[in-house]
Amino acid sequence: MGIAVQFDRVSKRYGKKTVLQDVTLQMRQGQIYGLIGPSGAGKTTLVKMLVGMERADTGKVNVLGEAMPNLKLLQDIGYMAQSDALYTELTGEENLTFFASLFKLGREAKRERIAYASELVNLSGELGKRVSAYSGGMKRRLSLAVALIQNPRLLILDEPTVGIDPSLRASIWSELLRLKEKEGKTIVVTTHVMDEAARCDYLAMVRDGRILTSGTPRELMAQYDTDNLESVFLAAGGSRR
Amino acid sequence: MRTRALIARICRQMIRDKRTLALLLAAPLLVLTLMYYILNGGEADNPRIGIVQEDAALAGMLQQAGIDPMLVSEASAEAIERHKLDGVLTFEAGRPALMLENADPAQAKALRMKISQIAALQALDGLGLPVTAAPGIETSYVYGGEESSFFDVLSPILVGFFVFFFVFLISGIGLLRERTTGTLERLMSTPIRRGEVLTGYLAGYGIFAVIQTIIVVMYAVNVLDIPLAGSIWNVLLINLLVALVALSLGILLSTFASSEFQMVQFIPVVVIPQVFFAGILPLDGMADWLQILGKIMPLYYAGDALTGVMYRGEGIGDIVPNLLFLASFAAVFIVLNALALKKYRK
Repeated sequence: MGIAVQFDRVSKRYGKKTVLQDVTLQMRQGQIYGLIGPSGAGKTTLVKMLVGMERADTGKVNVLGEAMPNLKLLQDIGYMAQSDALYTELTGEENLTFFASLFKLGREAKRERIAYASELVNLSGELGKRVSAYSGGMKRRLSLAVALIQNPRLLILDEPTVGIDPSLRASIWSELLRLKEKEGKTIVVTTHVMDEAARCDYLAMVRDGRILTSGTPRELMAQYDTDNLESVFLAAGGSRR
Repeated sequence: MRTRALIARICRQMIRDKRTLALLLAAPLLVLTLMYYILNGGEADNPRIGIVQEDAALAGMLQQAGIDPMLVSEASAEAIERHKLDGVLTFEAGRPALMLENADPAQAKALRMKISQIAALQALDGLGLPVTAAPGIETSYVYGGEESSFFDVLSPILVGFFVFFFVFLISGIGLLRERTTGTLERLMSTPIRRGEVLTGYLAGYGIFAVIQTIIVVMYAVNVLDIPLAGSIWNVLLINLLVALVALSLGILLSTFASSEFQMVQFIPVVVIPQVFFAGILPLDGMADWLQILGKIMPLYYAGDALTGVMYRGEGIGDIVPNLLFLASFAAVFIVLNALALKKYRK
């Protein structure tokens, strides 16, 4: 399995505030990686570097074997931001069609992907409605469908399940697991929900712009000598004081 | 291809948003019509002047000058108030004295001039010299004609201003909403190029700006009958450039606003001052530094070009410098926009 993402001694500061300090992190293809940590820890900055929205002050970010930022690479990266970035005046289908047109997709492939992505998030029957009439969960699902529209190799989801009810969350997660297993996609998820973190293959605990610790959920629990991730989260946070 | 998708999306959003569309297309017409009736309003009533002594000759002369004389008992503020006069004219030992209400200084000044002429004639009469009515002067006009009103000079500027204002507002707020909802950021995480984004937005909103410009100009010329001495194509050309400047400026300033409220705050700072320099007030009389300030305002060039074409009947050759200035403003704003988009993609 190749390396999907490589952060190499990455630092970033905004004015005087250091948001990332000397972050080194490697993610292999075909795995689900979870970035966990409190708000403001630097998770979103890490994620934005993967989509080329932020540039590292020092250090290197490599995605799918190429240095980021790289415009061409964006064809292979599906990104779901924290906010539902959707055009609410348009219907669900128009949103999907618009985003599909931004990627290199043939006419036929476009139609197939729209059908596939909307089926996946269970929105096929609602595509004709305007997004302004969608519920919060439906918008979140449509955002996920948009992230999948070009069949990317790397999927980056910034807090994908915030504001989503448990049953929908379960269905989104089972879909992520399926994408990983059946299609070999690499998925990077930020979250601060611990039961989601437990489903990741690897976790990196981010706090104050550093990677405190990383490993499989089992390894982390062993490291902190506890049987739940919540305690790991708290212990890791506490040890810094 | 991507640009086309972007344009199609903006058009679709715009058409769905009926109210914004109405604001863009109907509001300028409404305001323009209102201004037309206000500034072209019927003749004002004749000014009323009180005189203390019965004097048929004086009364006759006043009437001839379009002033209504009225006999009053005394020259005082109370008398003016009571009889709703614009002033009282008295003669003390042959010397005229005028008391004016001065509620409207401009009107009062004009009245004073008329009355001093009459008083001079009256004085000649007193010396036993022959009095003839002032001879009528044959007047010809370089621009416009005897019927020209303030609105005729103002309307070309108003047309340009409305195009500027509404395009600025709608493109600015449109882009701002894309920034605050995150759709712009989302857009920039796809392989679209910055140039494509900028072209898409300029063209997408540009289509509506063009439609608005055509409607406003056609309405002003055909319905309100604003005099058009030059070519309508030149008027359209100028206004299209104005729209482009407004569009690129609106998009640019939305970078510096974090809410619709903050976007609206740009109006008194960026839009209103331009009105002062667009030609509504004469620039010649302003202090030097103000004149320099005026020259960095796009509407200064737009106003000059529009009055040039619509009122003075200038041809394309006369307005080329103004057009070049407008085009340079747009070019600068577009380049700055391209730089500002770097915020989303490093």
